[in-house]
Amino acid sequence: MSDMVQTKRGMTSSLIVKRRRAEWRFRAYGVAAIVFCFLAILVLFTSIIGKGYSAFQQSHISVPIKFDAAAIDPDGTKNHDTLMGADYESLVKESVYAALSVPEDNKPARKHAMELISDSADTQLRDKVLAAPSIIGKTVEVSLFASDRVDAVLKGNIDRTVPEADRQVSDQQLAWIDGWQKAGKISQDFNTGLFTNGASSKPESAGLLVAIIGSVYMMLIVIFVAVPLGVASAIYLEEFAPKNRWTDLIEVNVNNLAAVPSIVFGLLGLAIFINGFGLPRSASLVGGLVLSLMTLPTIIIATRAALGSIPPSIKEAALGVGASKMQTIFHHVLPLAIPGILTGTIIGLVRALGETAPLLMIGMVAFIVDPPKSVLEPATALPIQIYMWATSAERGFAARTGAATIVLLLFSFLMNAGAIYLRRKFERRW
Amino acid sequence: MNDMPYKTVLTPEPPKIVALNPTKIVAQDVNVFYGEKHAIKHLSITIPDKAVSAFIGPSGCGKSTFLRSINRMNDTIAGCRVTGKITVDGEDIYDKSLDVVDLRARIGMVFQKPNPFPKSIFENVAYGPRIHGLAKDKTDLERIVTESLQRASLWDEVKDRLHAPGTGLSGGQQQRLCIARAISVNPEVVLMDEPCSALDPIATARIEELIIELKEKFCIVIVTHSMQQAARVSDLTAFFHLGILVEVGDTDEIFTVPQDKRTHDYITGRFG
Repeated sequence: MSDMVQTKRGMTSSLIVKRRRAEWRFRAYGVAAIVFCFLAILVLFTSIIGKGYSAFQQSHISVPIKFDAAAIDPDGTKNHDTLMGADYESLVKESVYAALSVPEDNKPARKHAMELISDSADTQLRDKVLAAPSIIGKTVEVSLFASDRVDAVLKGNIDRTVPEADRQVSDQQLAWIDGWQKAGKISQDFNTGLFTNGASSKPESAGLLVAIIGSVYMMLIVIFVAVPLGVASAIYLEEFAPKNRWTDLIEVNVNNLAAVPSIVFGLLGLAIFINGFGLPRSASLVGGLVLSLMTLPTIIIATRAALGSIPPSIKEAALGVGASKMQTIFHHVLPLAIPGILTGTIIGLVRALGETAPLLMIGMVAFIVDPPKSVLEPATALPIQIYMWATSAERGFAARTGAATIVLLLFSFLMNAGAIYLRRKFERRW
Repeated sequence: MNDMPYKTVLTPEPPKIVALNPTKIVAQDVNVFYGEKHAIKHLSITIPDKAVSAFIGPSGCGKSTFLRSINRMNDTIAGCRVTGKITVDGEDIYDKSLDVVDLRARIGMVFQKPNPFPKSIFENVAYGPRIHGLAKDKTDLERIVTESLQRASLWDEVKDRLHAPGTGLSGGQQQRLCIARAISVNPEVVLMDEPCSALDPIATARIEELIIELKEKFCIVIVTHSMQQAARVSDLTAFFHLGILVEVGDTDEIFTVPQDKRTHDYITGRFG
C-alpha cells in the first residue's frame, strides 16, 4: 500500500491516503477500547479473587479431647437438655492447655493459648456429642476451628519481622503455631462453613447460607411474579392494545419507570408491602416483590422490543391461513421472540440479584443466624451480606467479603450461562 | 368520461368468462381509506369462480389494497376503513356476524415475499389443518400435507426432507410451500399478491403453471406487475389506475382491443 495512489477517475491521492488513515484510526480506537475494558476486568478479578480466595479455606487445629463423662453427663442419662447445657467451653480450654502443656498458674500464657482457637469451638464439641453421645468417656482427636489469627499467620498475612509489641500475634503464639504445623496438627480444608453457616460475629464461623437462601427466594419470586406479569403486559401493549393517547401515556411511563433509582422502589415497598399490607420486615417475600416491581419495566421493554422485531410477514402468514390473533401470537410470534425475551429478562434478573439499595429500605440488613424456612421469615441477600462484612473490622471479614463477592459473581455468571443455554435451545428448534 | 370518473369499462360487457363461469366474488361501490387517503374509489367488480383473475396497474394504484380487502387482511392495518359491499357466494364479508378467522380460512392468501414459518416443511403445511381441526388423526394430517404439497407441485422435491426447515428451501420452492400452505385448508379462493416478484424466471414459470392447474379447483385472484404474466395465466384482467378500476375484461380482449385510453397507454408501455 503505497502513498502514491492514483485512481482512474483522477481522485487525488492525498484524499485516499486521508481516508485510509481515518479508517485505520477508527479501528485503532476500537481495539484500544477493548484492550482497556479487558484490563479493567482483569484488575477487578485479580483484586477480588486475590482477596477472597483465602476465605474458601478454613484452618483447623487437631487437639486430643477427653470427653469426660463426669464433666459432660455426670448422671449418665444422655438426656438431650443435659448434653445441651454442659460446659464445653472449659472442656475446650482444658484440652488446649493440656495439648500445649501450659501450666495452670501462667494466666497470660493461658489467654494467649485460647486466642488460637475459635470461640465457636465449644459449639463444635457440643454438636459432636449431640450427634453421637457414645463418644462420652473416650479421648478423640478433634479438628477445632483455628482462630482468625492462626488463619492470618498461615496465609502469611502477619509480618514476623515486626517487633512483638506491634504485632497481633505474640512470639509464644507463633512458636505454638509452628510447633503444631511441624507435628502436622494443622490442616487447611475447604471451608464448607462458608456455605452452611448463617451470620456470626466471628469471621471463622460466619457463612453465606442465609444470604444465599434469601437471594434464591427473591430470584424465584421475581421469576414467578415479574416475568409472567411483564411478558403478559408487553404482549398486550404490543399486540392487542389500541394505539391511542392512553397507551402512549402508559408506554412513556413504563420507560420512565425503568429509569427510576432503585432506592425509590425500596421506599415504595416499605410504604405498600410493610406499612400497607403489614408483611413482615426483612422477609424475602417483601424483598422479592420490591425487586419484581423494579425489574418489571425492564422485562416489559425487552419483551416489547423482542416482539416488535418479529417480521410482520410471519404474522400475515399465520393470519392468512386463518389463525386467530391469539393463535398467531402464541404459535408464531412469541416462540420466535423467546430468545430476545430471555436475554432481557435475565439482564433484569441479574440486576435484581445484585441490587442492594431497595433492600436496605425494607430492613434486610439484619444479623440472621438461622436459615429462613419460608419467604416470610427474615433473611438477607448476597449483596447485603457483602456490604455488612465489608463494614466489619476483623481481618477475617475482609477475606470473606471477597469470597462473598466471588459467590455473587458466580451466581450471576450461572444465570447468564443459563440464559445463553436457553437462548440456544430455543433458536435450535427452527 | 369526466362526468363519470369512477365508471368501469367492461370489455366486452359482460366479459365472457363472467357470463360463462359461476360468480364467486362481487364487489359493489367499494371504497378503502387509509386514514385520510382514499385508496380505492367506488370500485365494483364481479369475479368468476374456477378462473384466474389478474389485477394489473402501476404501483400505488390500489390493486393490492383491494386484494387485501377480500380476506379482510386490511383489518390489521390501523386507520384502514372499508365501505361498500363485498360478497363471497352472496355472503357479505363485512357483515358484523361474520367470523373473520373463518373467512380467512375460506380465502387463502399467498404473499409477495415467500414467508414460510420458521418451522419444518411438514409443520408449515400442517399448521392450517391442525388449527382448523381438519385432520381426524395423524395419518389423515399426513395425507392432507402430502396432497397439498403434490398440488403445489413441490412434493417430489421435498418428500425426503419433510422435517427440514422450510426456510432452507430456494425462493421458488418457498413460494410453492406457501401455496401448499394456503391450499391445505381447502379454501374457496386463493389470493396471490405478486407471488412471483421475488423469483427468477424459471421459478416464475413453475408458479404460473401451478396457478393454471389450481384454477380447476379454486377461484384465483392474482395481483401482478407483469403484464406478460397476466396475459399468460389469467382469464379476466382488471386494470387499476390511481385507485380507480378503469377497465375489466377478458384477458385476450383487454390486451388486444382495450377500450379505455389509460388501459391502452399502460399495456402499450406509455406509462407505468
